[in-house]
Amino acid sequence: MTVVPLGIPRRLLEFTIDGEPVRTTEGSTILDACRAAGKDIPTLCEGDTLRPKNACRVCVVEVEGSRTLVPACSRKAEAGMEVRTGTERARHSRKIVLELLASSVDLSTTSQVAGWIKEYEAKPDRFGPDAARLNEEPKVDNELYVRDYDKCILCYKCVDACGDQWQNSFAISVAGRGFDARIAVEHDAPLTDSACVYCGNCIEVCPTGALSFKSEFDMRAAGTWDESAQTETTTVCAYCGVGCNLTLHVQDNEIVKVTSPHDNPVTHGNLCIKGRFGYQHVQNRD
Amino acid sequence: MDLHFGDSKPTDDERAAVDALLGPPESSWEGADRSDADLRWARGGREARDRRDLLLPGLHAINDRIGWISEGALDYLCRRLTVPPSEAYGVATFYAMFSVKPRPATVLHVCTDLACAATGASELCAGIESALGPGVHVERSPCLGLCERAPAALAIKAGDPVRTAVSAPATVHDAVLAASAPDSAPQEPPAAMAVPQAGDPGLTLLSRVGVVDPSSLDDYRAHGGYTALRRAFEIGPAGVIREVTDSGLVGRGGAAFPTGRKWQATASQPDHPHYLVCNADESEPGTFKDRVIMEGDPYALIEAMTIAAYATGAHKGYLYLRGEYPRALARLEHAIAQARARGLLGDDVLGQGYAFDIEIRRGAGAYICGEETALFNSIEGYRGEPRSKPPFPVEKGLFGKPTVENNVETLVNVLPILTMGAPAYAAIGTERSTGPKLFCVSGSVARPGIYELPFGATLGELLELAGVRDGLRAVLLGGAAGGFVRPDELGIPLTFEGTREAGTTLGSGVVMAFDDTVPLPRLLLRIAEFFRDESCGQCVPCRVGTVRQEEALHRIAERTGAAAADDIALLREVGRAMRDASICGLGQTAWNAVESAIDRLGAYE
Ligand SMILES: Cc1cc2nc3c(=O)[nH]c(=O)nc-3n(C[C@H](O)[C@H](O)[C@H](O)COP(=O)(O)O)c2cc1C
Ligand code: SF4
Ligand code: SF4
Ligand code: SF4
Ligand code: FES
Ligand code: FES
Repeated sequence: MTVVPLGIPRRLLEFTIDGEPVRTTEGSTILDACRAAGKDIPTLCEGDTLRPKNACRVCVVEVEGSRTLVPACSRKAEAGMEVRTGTERARHSRKIVLELLASSVDLSTTSQVAGWIKEYEAKPDRFGPDAARLNEEPKVDNELYVRDYDKCILCYKCVDACGDQWQNSFAISVAGRGFDARIAVEHDAPLTDSACVYCGNCIEVCPTGALSFKSEFDMRAAGTWDESAQTETTTVCAYCGVGCNLTLHVQDNEIVKVTSPHDNPVTHGNLCIKGRFGYQHVQNRD
Repeated sequence: MDLHFGDSKPTDDERAAVDALLGPPESSWEGADRSDADLRWARGGREARDRRDLLLPGLHAINDRIGWISEGALDYLCRRLTVPPSEAYGVATFYAMFSVKPRPATVLHVCTDLACAATGASELCAGIESALGPGVHVERSPCLGLCERAPAALAIKAGDPVRTAVSAPATVHDAVLAASAPDSAPQEPPAAMAVPQAGDPGLTLLSRVGVVDPSSLDDYRAHGGYTALRRAFEIGPAGVIREVTDSGLVGRGGAAFPTGRKWQATASQPDHPHYLVCNADESEPGTFKDRVIMEGDPYALIEAMTIAAYATGAHKGYLYLRGEYPRALARLEHAIAQARARGLLGDDVLGQGYAFDIEIRRGAGAYICGEETALFNSIEGYRGEPRSKPPFPVEKGLFGKPTVENNVETLVNVLPILTMGAPAYAAIGTERSTGPKLFCVSGSVARPGIYELPFGATLGELLELAGVRDGLRAVLLGGAAGGFVRPDELGIPLTFEGTREAGTTLGSGVVMAFDDTVPLPRLLLRIAEFFRDESCGQCVPCRVGTVRQEEALHRIAERTGAAAADDIALLREVGRAMRDASICGLGQTAWNAVESAIDRLGAYE
């Protein structure tokens, strides 16, 4: 049986979204309320298992009385707020953010972004062929996972997952400033010289594929990665008694990567190195 | 927390620099040699983790002594403070004054910002570079806060102790001398030289600059010092807040928030302790007023901070001083020590049973650390990235506690408010902009410097005082985050409401005049470059937007009219999103000056 912590009952507050009255529990964000009301707002840096960092600014909405736009993912709903989600102003900022991102990094493995780029009519090419890009080579310095910061949107999720929000390993952080800011380990060393314990929790939360399994990276390079041909099976990790849930992604009868359900109240998608990467014995058929 | 430290070791010098700040390590758990006793206990590290805020001073200690921060030095500092090396690396690489790569012990910062650019900074830089040998690292720097003496250079020579020398107005010869022999470089002119009105009996905020000896507490007291604090003790904290509220004082740091409201909101927070932060980061290009106050009348700031802390219930104040102000640092350190020795700071201020002390924290070259919440992160030992608001500082500020943060000039205004009383103070200036105001005038004027005028004087009157030169082409109000106005707009009243009505801003009181010899497109490029360099990089509109704007300005640098139209449209679209969707004021205002140059000055027409 799963025990769901109930906590003290929370008050309901009333406000409006696009003119419609809505009710939501105290403490929930504008985004929570919008989603409950069936509004579709794009998000990139928001993560269901992490505190919102509100760095990407793709989820901005208009709130009556606020000088600037407001990030829906992190701003708490307040009684009497008048929120507008699809105004020209909000849509303009989202479009520009998508253009700025797509012009500077490779979003080809960022889910949903292609649809938003179309919906918002974003044209990343209009900054010209000389627009500065990251243009970094993937860092392949260990057998388990690859860091391809050319795809990194600097959402800080991996830093939070590796740091005090989950793993407490603090192997990675943001270094540098401005456009030169990058996710890095200390002294820009290889991952193998860092505090990394290869739990892969950072891969679990990365929204762009900037962090990926070596298996996935190699298969993509070889042109054999085919998500449509993959099945997902959620099972229980066999290594120890904690009972973490594993989702095995299988293609052609081979496990190609392992994720973990975020709604599991014990692990919230976190695993250790064994659960995440120690699957070879399953497919050892000798 | 399972910290991993590499096996790189500090040199003896690096270890000594850190130990001089933190004291010698007690056990191998924090970097000492292993003893038998160490094998029998383990340390949780909580105690050291509480000292995370010593990270920035620690990085300064290493950088000051060695000139750069090596792997071994950083790892040792991390061990001492129980800070993950990846985070400390992230902090060290955030600040422009630190280097994690080897470099010569002497760094010469040559300002290439607006006022200096207009007086030939690039030729100066080239000249210095060819005259200097490899022993000095020349760094092109944003505004050094010495605009009245543009062009400016600051030499920092690492060692024990670190040496600094300022050269302004700089020549190739002087700057090279400052870099090669900082100890024998000529003295800087006294702070009063930056105050053309010095000695004028009509002055309020600047009345003591050039009149008192900034190193003498007695002289300060002989010139009316500490009467305001006595008055504060007479009327009590609530009385002080009432006076400040009634005076109509609003913040002088740029955002113009009512000071009394901020104090009241902090004072009434049930959570404790409360903190006071004095924002002396002053990195807005064109601003140097806070430096002149701190150098010329340092006790005034200390007295004002004591009053602010008393009113808001704080017992600890942090003075966050920009790293490029060595003379202000020395003066303030001296003044704080004197005040402490004389019972004006410490456990029992003026024998009133009220405890208050001030700690100076040095910034390390990051304009963004002037943003109030970025400043908290910087003090706490994190990257100087702004936090999202709400919650606001009055509720959760420094170390997550209720904090009042004020600009130097704002605080110093509290002294006349208490000595002359709120009604008399409020009678100065206009109804909605009360009191005296400091203006930092630089550029194409005969007498650049800090001017004190009651709110309401016009831009033209101020420029007349400063001796504006012929051929005025444009005036930048409010610094790089402000806006340009035309020579035919000199009737704009210098008040918050007057500038707002005129579609511009007063900001922190910058008035930079440019005559028609200054190439406008180059100036605009410099502004764009400044924001691109100074963006913290946290949010997309600012991190990438500032880069795209700079690129567009490069493309149109030599173009006008129809040829520039596409890129101007692009600039506008990106600028609008930056203003609307950036996390903090940097991204929100980065496009202001360029936009105003296009709209009001017809740049690129
Ligand atoms: C990017 C940025 C830089 C800032 N720099 C400074 C500064 O150098 N000094 C300052 O007093 N305020 C600065 N501010 C304003 C502060 O955030 C804050 O509003 C001010 O310190 C509050 O004090 P006041 O109410 O006395 O003005 C800056 C704001 C931003 C957004
Ligand atoms: S694998 Fe785990 S320990 Fe390694 S960087 Fe990612 S989150 Fe941190
Ligand atoms: S690597 Fe992924 S998770 Fe980390 S900041 Fe970049 S995009 Fe976000
Ligand atoms: S607006 Fe710029 S400086 Fe401010 S938080 Fe965003 S990236 Fe950082
Ligand atoms: S999803 Fe809200 S700011 Fe990124
Ligand atoms: S000191 Fe150079 S512009 Fe201010």
